Amino acid sequence: MSRSQTWFDALATQTFPSWYRSVALADCDLGGGPAARLLSVVPDPDNAFPRARRGEVGLLEGIGLARGVREVIELDSDVADDQRRPIVAIVDVPSQAYGRLEEQFGEYLYIAAAVDAYATARVAGHPVIALVVGSAISGGFLAHGLQASQVLALDDDQIEIQAIHKPAAARITLRTIAELDELAKTVTPLSFDVRVWATLGYCDGLLKVSRADRPTSADADLARGALRDAVTWARATLPTGSSPLRRSAPAGPHSRSGSG
Amino acid sequence: MSDTPALVTERPELQALWHRRSFLELDARARAFSLLDDGTGQEYCDPFDRIESPWLEPQGLVPQADDGVVVVKGRLAGEPCVMIGIEGAFQGGSIGEVSGAKATCALQLAARDARAGQPVSAVLLLETGGVRLQEGTLGLNAVAEILSALLELRGLRPVIGVVTGPLGSYGGMSIVAGLCTRIVLTHEGRLGFNGAQVIESEAGAAEFDSSDHALIWSVNGGAQRYATGLADALVLDDVPAVRQAVITAVAGGVPARHRSEELDVLAARLSSGDDQARFSLTGLGIPPAPSPGPGAAS
Repeated sequence: MSRSQTWFDALATQTFPSWYRSVALADCDLGGGPAARLLSVVPDPDNAFPRARRGEVGLLEGIGLARGVREVIELDSDVADDQRRPIVAIVDVPSQAYGRLEEQFGEYLYIAAAVDAYATARVAGHPVIALVVGSAISGGFLAHGLQASQVLALDDDQIEIQAIHKPAAARITLRTIAELDELAKTVTPLSFDVRVWATLGYCDGLLKVSRADRPTSADADLARGALRDAVTWARATLPTGSSPLRRSAPAGPHSRSGSG
Repeated sequence: MSDTPALVTERPELQALWHRRSFLELDARARAFSLLDDGTGQEYCDPFDRIESPWLEPQGLVPQADDGVVVVKGRLAGEPCVMIGIEGAFQGGSIGEVSGAKATCALQLAARDARAGQPVSAVLLLETGGVRLQEGTLGLNAVAEILSALLELRGLRPVIGVVTGPLGSYGGMSIVAGLCTRIVLTHEGRLGFNGAQVIESEAGAAEFDSSDHALIWSVNGGAQRYATGLADALVLDDVPAVRQAVITAVAGGVPARHRSEELDVLAARLSSGDDQARFSLTGLGIPPAPSPGPGAAS
C-alpha cells in the first residue's frame, strides 16, 4: 500500500466521500482547535485516466484537490481568523500524469486549479501544511504541497523531493545517474536526500519516525504533534494577503524524534 | 519597407503577412521593449547588475548575466505595465533560483503598487521548458513562488500570458499560463505541461509519438488551445498584432472568475459528449457531474 494511503489512514479521524477515488479526504483531530482537513492523492488502479493510476496528479486529481480545498474555504467563510480550519496535504506524489489525454485537455490548467485553491486558502487565513511522507516530485508537488505555509517531511531514506525523478533528471541534463549523484554532493539543490533538502531553507521540520512505511500509533502521534505546532506557527506568521512563501521560518528548521 | 510585390498589392489578405514584423524571432529583451509604448521601458536587474545563477558554473555551464529573465517596466497604451520576458535561448528558458526570484519580485512589486493605488498590470512572455533541472529543488520552489506572486497580483490587476513560440510554454511554468488572467497565442505557440518527447520517454511512442508533428500541433498548438477555449486570442506572429492583443487583454480588466477557478467548467470538459467525441473518451467512464462533496463537519 502506498504511503499516501497509509499515512492518510494513520492520521484520519473521520473520512469523507470524495469526488474522485484518487483524492482522499478526511478530518484529522489535532488535539486542540478545529480539526484539520486532510487531503491525499492516492493510487486508483481503476482511474479513468490510465496515466494517473499510480498516485500521480492528473486531471481528476487537479479538480479533486481544488474542490476539496475550496470546500474548506467556503465552510469557514464566516468564522474568526484563528478558527479557520487547517488544511493538511499528505504528500506522496511521483509526479504529474504523463499522458496524451492529459495534454489534450490541458493538464496544466487542472494543476493550476489545485495551486489556485491552495494559495487562496492560505491567503484567506487557513494554515496550509504539507507533510511529505514519500515522493514529492515535479508537478505533483507543485499541485499538492508547495503552496503550503509550512512544509514538514519524514526524516527517512525513501523521501524524495525533486524537480523530476532521478532517471529523467540525469537523462535531460545529459549525465549518468552516478554522475548526478556525485554532483549532488556539492551542488546541494540536485540532491534527492531529504536531509540535504532540509538545509536549503524550505523545511519547517523533519520528523524522525520509527516505521515510515507502516506508521505506529506513536509515529502518528508524533506527526499530529508536529502538525499542531506547524499550525500554531502558521497562524502566528501568516501575512494574510501577501505571499508568505519564504526561505527561512522565524522559528528555524528543527527536528523531532520519536520514542521508537 | 521594401517594394511590395504586385501579388501582395492585388491580394489584401496577404498584406498583413507581407508587412509583419516577427515577434517570435526577437529575443526576450527586444520582445519586452517592443510591446511597451515607445521610449517608456526601463529594465530592472539588467545584465550589468550581474545577478547570475551561482549553480551553473560548478556544473560546467556558462551562466548568463540576466539569468534568462528580463524585467522591463514601462507603459502599455499609457498605463503602467511590467513585462517579464523569458529568454528561450538560455538554458531552454528554464527557471532557476535567480530568474525565478526576478519574476516573483516583479509580480510582488506590481501587487504592492496596486495595493498602494498605483495599478500596474503584468505581461509574462512565456518561452520556457519549466523548472531548470540544473537547479533542482530550488528551481521547483522558484516556480512555486512565481505562482504565489502571480495569484497575489491577479486579483488586483490583469496578468497576461503571451506564448508565441518557437519553444512554447511547458513544465511547471505552464501552470503560470493556467493562472493567467488571459492568454494570447500565435499559431506557432505551444502550450502544455509535458512535451511530446517527455511523454514518449515516460510512456512510450504508443502514448505520444514525438516524431508525429501533426499530432503535437493538434494537441499543444496555439490554434488547438484557442479553439478549445483555453486561450483568449490567436494572433499573427507580428509585433503590432501581439501588442494590440495584449492591450485588449489588459483592457478586459480583472474578471469575476478566472479559468483556474471554474471547476465546474473544467469538470464538464472531461465528461461532455462533445469532448468525448473529440478526444475519443467514450467508455472511459469519466464521472459526468460532481457528486455531493464531503460532509460539512464543523
